[in-house]
Amino acid sequence: MNVTTLKRKLDLTPKPAAPVVALPPRTPDRLAPWRKRGRALVDAVLPPLVVLVVLLTIWQVGASGEGSGLPTPVQVWIDSGFLFMEPFYVYGTQDIGLGWRVLTSLERVFYGFGLAAVVGVLTGAVIGQSALMMRGFDPIFQILRTVPPLAWLPISLAAFMDSGPSAIFVIFITAIWPVIINTAAGVRAIPQDYRNVAAVLRLNQVEFFWKIMVPAAAPYIFSGLRIGVGLSWLAIVAAEMLTGGVGIGFFIWDAWNSSRLSDIIVALAYIGGTGFILDRLVGWIGRVVSRGTAV
Amino acid sequence: MKYLQIEHLSKTFVNGAKTAHVLSDINLTIEKGEFVSIIGHSGCGKSTLLNLIAGLTDVTTGGILLDGREVNAPGPDRAVVFQNHSLLPWLSVYDNIKLAVTKVFGSSKTKAQRHDWIMQNLDLVQMSHAADKRPAEISGGMRQRVGIARALAMEPKVLLLDEPFGALDALTRAHLQDAVMDIHSRLGNTMIMITHDVDEAVLLADRIVMMTNGPAATIGEVLTVPLARPRDRIALASRPDYVKAREAVLRFLYERHRFVEAAE
Ligand SMILES: Nc1ncnc2c1ncn2[C@@H]1O[C@H](COP(=O)(O)OP(=O)(O)O)[C@@H](O)[C@H]1O
Ligand SMILES: [Mg+2]
Repeated sequence: MNVTTLKRKLDLTPKPAAPVVALPPRTPDRLAPWRKRGRALVDAVLPPLVVLVVLLTIWQVGASGEGSGLPTPVQVWIDSGFLFMEPFYVYGTQDIGLGWRVLTSLERVFYGFGLAAVVGVLTGAVIGQSALMMRGFDPIFQILRTVPPLAWLPISLAAFMDSGPSAIFVIFITAIWPVIINTAAGVRAIPQDYRNVAAVLRLNQVEFFWKIMVPAAAPYIFSGLRIGVGLSWLAIVAAEMLTGGVGIGFFIWDAWNSSRLSDIIVALAYIGGTGFILDRLVGWIGRVVSRGTAV
Repeated sequence: MKYLQIEHLSKTFVNGAKTAHVLSDINLTIEKGEFVSIIGHSGCGKSTLLNLIAGLTDVTTGGILLDGREVNAPGPDRAVVFQNHSLLPWLSVYDNIKLAVTKVFGSSKTKAQRHDWIMQNLDLVQMSHAADKRPAEISGGMRQRVGIARALAMEPKVLLLDEPFGALDALTRAHLQDAVMDIHSRLGNTMIMITHDVDEAVLLADRIVMMTNGPAATIGEVLTVPLARPRDRIALASRPDYVKAREAVLRFLYERHRFVEAAE
């Protein structure tokens, strides 16, 4: 160690304190949080908007050529813009706005998916409780899960004879598999500690289901329900090919049969938007319900 | 008076073709109101023994009698405080205890009595201030306090504690040891506590059960701790009988039954 370092080490004289600068009084900026929120909104909305415009432009250019089978976005707007602008018109029993049609279809999905949710969670809970059942059932469910909704149509019709229940069954059978599979996985993942607590307290099956299983497996159950609601909405077109009537799915089928391509495109936008909202809704409910489950 | 009797108890786990002979010929008698510590090296079968007493694991041979009745299923008369608190994270501190109290006293106490009983037990572990908090919002030591309150609220015949303070820092651990000693002197519960901390065992226990290493572990020695209660950790530290007891346990663990890592 040389002398300079020693000196530096021994230099214990107090440093002069930094000069105190009076901060200018801050004017309370009441708009600041709003500005922040506004910027966040722009950040969230602007990029998809730009992408949408770019895609529409490409579509417009690509579909403008002679002999193109697809209408351009501008053509769609001219043909079917009123479907966008007036979702809730009623001109006759069969001639109603797409908003009404979506609601009709949602009712159908509500029954089919509701049934799938209840049956799926209960079945998943039973199967998840036993390693043996899990091993037996899981591969079967994994296979059934991949069967497309259209393929269930004939089976469903043959089983129910009637188009109404068949349509609901198609939605049910499409949506139930991820609910069962995820619930069972969630039940398997319940920590042994919680089971021990339940055992010491001598909780019966029903108490165990409501007090331990459902809250403990809630994140799994809701991710299953979220996939399920998406699938059941996907099945709506297939289901309404059976029932006819005024649903949005049948509207597409009908428009296709009478070659109204522009109408189909508008209906697709409705279906996509509704599916998106359903997905977010179930996701949100799941977050609220399973708040506190994960530690 | 023989309150808890363990006779010729052995436990073999069978997992397909694999069998693990974990405990062999355990004999132990515990009096009412006694505080017994079980100490032994990691993996020797302490938790297995506690789970057998709790009824969470089935006995292979031998038997356990509590207050004249055979133990063959779990129940609130043998409340367990688990190593990692095992509070239900989606329930508040109050609701965690309420779940137990409603189950055990649902028919014998009125709603108001049950509320008072919950608060009384929270007071006992000095946690009534956090009644509405979720387990995630309180510290590890506090969670363990609530775990103890939940177990006490079942008014068990025997309170079983499986290394309850193993994951806590030394200072928090000392506080909780004092709390447990205080509860034991006030309520006179019968308690069995697993630990791997020699000081903890000597400080808290009337008797220390020392287990040999596995496989086929058994009770190697039982040491009676003759120290008068209430015990004070600072005053004890220099007392010859405390030092002697501590040394006896250390000798057992590190001379006669050294932990051999390779034996696992
Ligand atoms: N369910 C089980 N199946 C098979 N072996 C087990 C099981 N539970 C515990 N064991 C074995 O029993 C031995 C003792 O475990 P444990 O009682 O947890 O020890 P300790 O609590 O003393 O650390 C370990 O070797 C462990 O692998
Ligand atoms: Mg253990």
